[in-house]
Amino acid sequence: MANDRAEGSRGDEATGTATVGHEWDGIEELDTPMPRWWLWTFYVTIVWAIGYCIAYPAWPLVSQATEGVLGWSSRGQLAAEIEAQERARAATVAALADMPIEQLPGHPELMRAAVAGGRAAFKVNCVQCHGAGAAGGKGYPNLNDDDWLWGGDLKAIEATIVHGVRQPGDQQTHFSQMPAFGRDGILTPAQVSAVVSHVLSLSGKAPANAAGAQIFADNCAVCHGAQGKGMREFGAPDLTDAIWLYGSRRSDITYTVDNARNGVMPAWAGRLDPVTIKMLAAYVHSLGGGEAFANEAAPPADKVDEQP
Amino acid sequence: MNSLEKIEAATGPRVPGAPQLYEKRKAVYPQKIDGPFRRFKWFVMAVTLTIYYGPPWIRWDRGPYAPDQAVLVDLAHRRFYMFGIEIWPHEFYFVAGLLIMAGIGLFLLTSAVGRAWCGYSCPQTVWTDLFQHIDRFVDGDRNAQMRLAKAPWGPKKIARRTFKYAIYLVISFWTGGAWIMYFADAPTLTQDFWTGQAAPVAYATVAVLTATTFLLGGFAREQVCIYMCPWPRIQSAMMDERSLTVTYKDWRGEPRGSLKKAERNPGAFGDCIDCNQCVAVCPTGIDIREGPQIGCITCALCIDACDRVMKEVGRPRGLIDYATLEDCKREAGGETPRPVWKTILHARTVIYFLVWGAVGLALLFALGSRDRTGLTIAQDRNPPFMLMSDGSVRNAYTLKLRNMESRPRRMEVSIQGLPGAVMWSEEMSREAAARAIVREVDADTTDTMRAYVVAPQETGGGEFTFVLRSLDEQGESDSGTARFDAPGEDE
Repeated sequence: MANDRAEGSRGDEATGTATVGHEWDGIEELDTPMPRWWLWTFYVTIVWAIGYCIAYPAWPLVSQATEGVLGWSSRGQLAAEIEAQERARAATVAALADMPIEQLPGHPELMRAAVAGGRAAFKVNCVQCHGAGAAGGKGYPNLNDDDWLWGGDLKAIEATIVHGVRQPGDQQTHFSQMPAFGRDGILTPAQVSAVVSHVLSLSGKAPANAAGAQIFADNCAVCHGAQGKGMREFGAPDLTDAIWLYGSRRSDITYTVDNARNGVMPAWAGRLDPVTIKMLAAYVHSLGGGEAFANEAAPPADKVDEQP
Repeated sequence: MNSLEKIEAATGPRVPGAPQLYEKRKAVYPQKIDGPFRRFKWFVMAVTLTIYYGPPWIRWDRGPYAPDQAVLVDLAHRRFYMFGIEIWPHEFYFVAGLLIMAGIGLFLLTSAVGRAWCGYSCPQTVWTDLFQHIDRFVDGDRNAQMRLAKAPWGPKKIARRTFKYAIYLVISFWTGGAWIMYFADAPTLTQDFWTGQAAPVAYATVAVLTATTFLLGGFAREQVCIYMCPWPRIQSAMMDERSLTVTYKDWRGEPRGSLKKAERNPGAFGDCIDCNQCVAVCPTGIDIREGPQIGCITCALCIDACDRVMKEVGRPRGLIDYATLEDCKREAGGETPRPVWKTILHARTVIYFLVWGAVGLALLFALGSRDRTGLTIAQDRNPPFMLMSDGSVRNAYTLKLRNMESRPRRMEVSIQGLPGAVMWSEEMSREAAARAIVREVDADTTDTMRAYVVAPQETGGGEFTFVLRSLDEQGESDSGTARFDAPGEDE
């Protein structure tokens, strides 16, 4: 056994290199010196590490690490990247802020930018209720179709987003209240059943019901219209079409007449900036069911641009 | 005391006669030579360098909507122009096909004529050859170069070396600069480059290629072929006893003896007069008389050198010559070698050639029959279908209409199948919906169109076809099958 370096170390005959002095079953290890280039690379990495520790955040202290003379931080880098993005978008955002939404269709470039921005904002703010594909669900309107409770042109969609639906505290929020005909005893169960039959008959799902028609004319036509075509001022849905927000089965409609439905939507003014709201309106309008402006003469009801 | 001295102090002096584990490079100073193979090498060098430096400067008129550079790899716009051919990214299989042809071409070449690629047209060979000419131009021929290398450093040597490296650097820079011309409009890029307005990547590319040319052509030279390049190793697996290779015919040459010795002992010596000319001219510094070896790139300069000497001493040429192993055996046994065409035409080369030709024909056929119109369809999956207020069903699709011609074209998208269905695009209103929509598609672009297809509920779901037709004299068309989803069909 040759464990002692001083006495056991000797040269290897074939290569002329010293051995480290250990021997295992006749196998020895050469004490080859580190290659020069390797050593120098190693020294350079040490110098680099010292420089790095001075320049960048490095040593953990009690509450935070040393800051480094360059003042770099990952948070700061993120902030700079966000700022650069905002600078890049500034021109588009400024143009959108200055443009009334009615004029947007005349500017295809800006419209495309708005739709793209709206698509991103929709994924953050709207998908929770309306779904990722904006297809909605029971009680949450599908935004792809051509059925609009409160209007489907750009201006009307923007107004809905700004003021929401049935939002206390917002003067211009969409508001209407359907009576709970059954629960409040306005109609007897038999009358409810008759009027439900009439409603079903409007879209051809049931034979005509004369008694129901009379009850409808007395109680419902004031909002839903004599033909049941609905009225957008009250957000009263069209009862003759194929789209049913709360379901088209007899039991669904009976529940609606008995208890009424009062869906809500937040008012986004104050939560989102006007440009984002404009983008959202453009996106929702672009989903395939958007309507052209029905009445160009009607002046805009409110100045959205001045919203906070 | 450095580490080696430390070891020696601890262990005694190095064991005498111990083998060196690292072989130092022996500098190569090839001698100037002229002959048919040298002239062929000049020719190949001229052709290959012209092919490398020239094409980006050739102009090629493609009309107002496409660049007028004959060969251009337009990475920014993802187009590849090569004279009359324009390739889009999805047609990259043409490039793959060319690479396959290049690969099989190398197999073919190797199996027929050995390492001809290495000897004549490999860029490493061509640039090394070029730099060795510079060496001879500045420092003189082999002996002068050797003297200068041994001479101590003085003003004269420094001046010569500086001059030589300056020429190296100019050639290297020109080589690096020529590369970037393939990726942008060459005259504009040249101007931008010298006025400091070119992209940083252009400067970086030129810097890297200048450095690699300077190092690989100026200094690494034959070491690249011997130690770095995998191709020689692969080639040795592809050559057989019927592949041509540069061979020293030892049965004819051995034993070697100078002319004087041969005069004194007639009949005792072979044809080789041991003049060492074959070693002197070798650009990789090998001795071909030691037999086939990895260092031989078969540039055949030793054949030129030996043939000249044989002519001078009045012996038949071809002591060193292209020969196959099979023929060598035959010749050594006293038979006549077979004619060259028989050597080159054997089963393996014919099969390689047929495969190579088949790939080439397939590419040409694909090129001749390809369409410059394309349609791709992606159906919206969320939501898959929409119920409209009138009870009809709507599906949405994103269509991409490709116009691969360098001019604007009028194109028509239409629906085939799906009775009663009509469509409109996002720029239109539903009132204008129709079975076919005509669009103006810009030159050389992909037009993205959202198509809303609406069908009565009783039509139900099923497959149908979008057809794209170009409304010009070409009348090209493309089509794709799409699914129309409707409620209730899966229940």
